Amino acid sequence: MEALQIIWFLLVGILIIGYAILDGFDLGVGFWHLFAKKKGERSAFIESIEPFWDGNEVWLLTGGGALFAAFPPVYATVFSGFYLAMMLVLLGLIFRAVAIEFRNKVDHPHWIFAWDIAFSVGSILPSILYGVAIGNILMGLELNEIGDYQGGFFALLNPFALICGLTGLAMFAQHGALYLAMKIEGDIAEDARKWAATVWYVFLPLFMLAVAFGIKNCIYGIKAIPMALVVLALISNSGAFLFNKIKKSVAAFLASSCTIAFVMLAVAAALFPNMVPCSNNPEWSLTVFNSSSSRLTLISMLVIALVGMPIVLGYTWFIHRVFRGRVVVSEK
Amino acid sequence: MDAVLLARIQFALTIGFHYIFPPLTIGLGWMIFMYNTRHQENGNPVFRQLAQFWTKVFAITFVIGVATGITMEFQFGTNWAAYSRFVGDIFGAPLAAEGIFAFFLESSFLGILLYGRKKVSQKMYWFSSLMVAFGATMSAFWIVVANSWQQTPAGYEIVTEMVNGVEVQRAQLANFWEAVFNPSTLPRYSHVITGALTVGVFFILGTSAWQILKGRHTEFARMSMRTAIVPCFAVIMLTMFVGHHHGHQVSQTQPVKLAAFEGLWETQSHAPMMLFGWPNEVKEKNDFAIQIPGMVSLFIGGKFDTEVQGLKDFPVEDRPPVAASFWSFHLMFYMGMWMAFVAFVGVLLWLKQTLWTTKIYLWAAALTVPIPFLANEVGWMAAEIGRQPWVVYNELRTVDAVSASVPAGQILASIIMFSLIYSLLFGLWIYLLKRQFHKGPEALEILEAEVADDAE
Ligand code: HDD
Ligand code: HEM
Ligand code: HEM
Repeated sequence: MEALQIIWFLLVGILIIGYAILDGFDLGVGFWHLFAKKKGERSAFIESIEPFWDGNEVWLLTGGGALFAAFPPVYATVFSGFYLAMMLVLLGLIFRAVAIEFRNKVDHPHWIFAWDIAFSVGSILPSILYGVAIGNILMGLELNEIGDYQGGFFALLNPFALICGLTGLAMFAQHGALYLAMKIEGDIAEDARKWAATVWYVFLPLFMLAVAFGIKNCIYGIKAIPMALVVLALISNSGAFLFNKIKKSVAAFLASSCTIAFVMLAVAAALFPNMVPCSNNPEWSLTVFNSSSSRLTLISMLVIALVGMPIVLGYTWFIHRVFRGRVVVSEK
Repeated sequence: MDAVLLARIQFALTIGFHYIFPPLTIGLGWMIFMYNTRHQENGNPVFRQLAQFWTKVFAITFVIGVATGITMEFQFGTNWAAYSRFVGDIFGAPLAAEGIFAFFLESSFLGILLYGRKKVSQKMYWFSSLMVAFGATMSAFWIVVANSWQQTPAGYEIVTEMVNGVEVQRAQLANFWEAVFNPSTLPRYSHVITGALTVGVFFILGTSAWQILKGRHTEFARMSMRTAIVPCFAVIMLTMFVGHHHGHQVSQTQPVKLAAFEGLWETQSHAPMMLFGWPNEVKEKNDFAIQIPGMVSLFIGGKFDTEVQGLKDFPVEDRPPVAASFWSFHLMFYMGMWMAFVAFVGVLLWLKQTLWTTKIYLWAAALTVPIPFLANEVGWMAAEIGRQPWVVYNELRTVDAVSASVPAGQILASIIMFSLIYSLLFGLWIYLLKRQFHKGPEALEILEAEVADDAE
C-alpha cells in the first residue's frame, strides 16, 4: 500500500510538472504578448501556440482529476481553502482560452486590442497565483481536524507566498521567451532571446530569496534531497542562460524545461510525506499516507494511467511533429 | 442566503451554461466526420465545403465548451469539499479517466483539424476528424459515469474512520466495473449521446433554413439541409426510444423520482399519465390535471395493471421538489414530440422535393434551433432535481455536501463573476456565429482548385 501511495504522489507530481512545463511556455508567451509591437508579431505569437495550448491545459485538468481520485481530502482542502484565488485562476484561464481562439476572428483594432489584453492578463494572473498557492502550501495552512481551511483569504497573501508567486511568473516568462526564440522566425526571435536573458537576472535572485526564506521559515529546515534538487535547478537554469547566449534555442528551451521540473521536484521533496502541512497542529497535516484513496482505487487508476499515458505522450509528440518548424511573422 | 443554496445555484448555473456547448460539439463533430468521409470517398468539393464551414462553427463553439469546462473540473473541490471527501475514492477516477482518454485525444486532433489541413495527408486529416468526434463522445462517457454513480451508486461500501478524533464516513470502491457500469450508466449515456446528436443535426437544419429564408448562400444551405434531414428524423426517434428505456430504469432504481416526474401521489395500478397539471405539494394532489388513464403503468410494466409507487409511499423529507421535477421532465417530453413532428414533416417534404421551398416549414425549422438545447437542459434538470434531497442517492444529502470553509459571501461573489463572464461569452458566441453565417462557406471554385491540388 505504501508503495502505491508513493507511486501516486509521483504520478500526480508528474502530471503537474507536465502541466508546468507545457502550459508554462504558453503562459510565458502570454506574458510577453504585449511587448511585441510590430504588426503581425502578436498574431505570430498566437499562431505559435494555437495548436498546442488546449492539449497543454489538459495536463492541469488531468492533474486535478488525478489528485481528486488519488488524494480526495487534498483536492477538497486545497480548492475550497484557496476559493477566491481559484476563482481568479479560472477567470484568467477562461479569458485566455477564448482570447487565443477569438483574437484573429475579427479584423478590427479594438477587438484585437481587447483580446490582446485578455490573453496577457489571463496568462499573468494564473502564473502568479500558482506560485502563491505553492508558497502557502510550503508554509503550511491553518486547518481544523477534518482538514477544512481556517485562515482567511488575506492570510494567503503573505510575503513568502508572494515571493513564490513572482518567482513562478519569472520562471514562466523565461520559459515562454525561450519558446518564442525557438519557434518564431525573424527579428522577434532575437528580441525573445534578449527577453530571456534579461528575465534571468530577475528570476535568479527571486528564486534564491524564496529558497532562503523557505529554509528559514518552513517547518522542514534543510533537507538533503530538496537542496540537491535546488542545485540541479540552478545548474540547468544557468545552462538555459548559456545556451540562449550562444543561440542554441532548442537546447535552451529543454534546459529551461528541466529547471521547471527540478523546481517542482524540490517542492515535492521538501513537502514529502506531507501534501498539505497543517501549521497549527502538525498532527492534522494531510499526508501521502493518511489522505490517499483505497488500495483498489489506486490500483484501478494505475492501470488507467499505464494504458492511457503512453498513448497521450504518443500523440503529444505526434502533434508537435506535425507543427514543427518556425512560425513566420507576416506583415499583413 | 445560506451557503448550500448558493453553492447549488452556482453549480446549476455553471454546469447549465457549460452544457449548452458539449452537445453541439458532439453532434457537429459526427456530422463533420460524415462530410469528411463522403469527401474522402468521392472527392466531391461540396463535401469539403460542408466540412470546412461546419468545422468553423464547431471551433467557435468548442472553445467556449473548453473555457467553461475548466470551471467544472474544480467545482467539486471548491464548493463541495465534504462531497469530494465522501465520494473521492470513486468519483475522482472517471474525472481523471476523462482527461487521459478523452480530452487529450480531442484537443490534440482538433489542432490538426483546425490548423493542420496542409500539414498532413488527406487520410490523416480524415482520421483526425474521426478522433475529434470520438474524443468528445468518450468524454461524455466518463462524466456520465461519474454522474450516474451518484444517481444510482453501485460497487462500493461505506466505511467509517476516525480522523483526528472525529468520526468520518466515506464511500470506498469495492468493484470497479460495477461502479462504472452502475444501473443507470448505459441508459443515461445512450440518452445523453442521442440527445447531443439531436442538437447537432437540428442546428444544421434550422440555421440553414434561416439562411434560405434570408436569401443568404442558399445553394449551400440547401445542401446542408439535405444532409441533415434524415439524420434529424433518425436521431430524434432514437432519443425518444432510449429515453423511454431510461424512464423504465428510473422506475426501478429511483421510484420516488419517477413518481415526481409523473406527479403520481397514490400507489396504484392503472396509473394515469398526466399531460398537463400542477402538482400541489401542500395538498398532495394535482391541480388542473388532464390525464390519460393507465398510460404510466403501460409504459413502466407493459400492462395497464402494473402497480406504480406514488409519492405518498415516501417520507416527505425524502421527496424531491415535485412541481420542478414534473415540469422539467414534461417540458423535455413535449419538446421531443415537437422535434419528432418537425423531423417527420421534413422527411415528407424532402421526399416531395419541396423541403427548401416550403416557407412555413423553413420558419418552423429555424425556430426549432433552440429547442434541442432547451430539451437537454431541462432533461438534466429533471434528472438532478429529481435526485434531491440526495447528492449521492440514499447515501449523502445535499445539505451535508458543501465546503464548510467557504463563506457564503465568497460564493455569491463568484456567482456574480461567473454570471458576468458567461453572459459576455454567450454574447460573443452569438456574435461570432452570426458573422460566420453571413460570411458563408468558402467559394466552390477555390475548393475545386484545392481538391485538384491535393490529387497531384
Ligand atoms: C455529455 C457530455 C458532457 C457532460 C455531461 C459534461 N461535459 Fe464537460 N465537456 C464535454 C462533454 C460533457 C465535451 C463535449 O467533451 C467538451 C465540450 C467542449 C470540449 O472541449 O469538450 C467538454 C469540455 C470540458 C472540459 C474542458 C476540456 C478541454 O480542455 O478540452 C472540462 C474540464 C469538462 N468538460 C469538465 C466537465 C465536468 C466536470 C462536468 C460535470 C459536472 C462536465 N464537463 C459535464
Ligand atoms: C451537464 C448537464 C448538467 C446539468 C444541466 C445539471 C444540472 C444541475 C442542477 C440544475 C443542479 C441543482 C439541483 C438542485 O440543487 O436542485 C445540479 C446539481 C448538481 N449536479 Fe448536476 N447537472 C448536470 C450534470 C452533472 C454532472 C455530469 C454531474 C457529475 C459529474 C453533476 C453533479 C451535480 C452535483 C454534485 C450537484 C450539486 C449538488 C446537488 O445539488 O445535487 N451534474 N446539477
Ligand atoms: C420524448 C421522449 C423522452 C423521454 C421518455 C425521456 C426520458 C428521460 C428520462 C426518464 C430522464 C431522466 C433520467 C434520470 O432522472 O435519471 C431523461 C433525462 C434527460 N433527457 Fe430525456 N427523454 C425524452 C426526450 C429527450 C430529448 C428530446 C432530449 C434532448 C434532445 C432529452 C435529453 C435529456 C437529457 C440531457 C437528460 C439528462 C441526462 C440523463 O439523466 O439521461 N430527452 N430523459
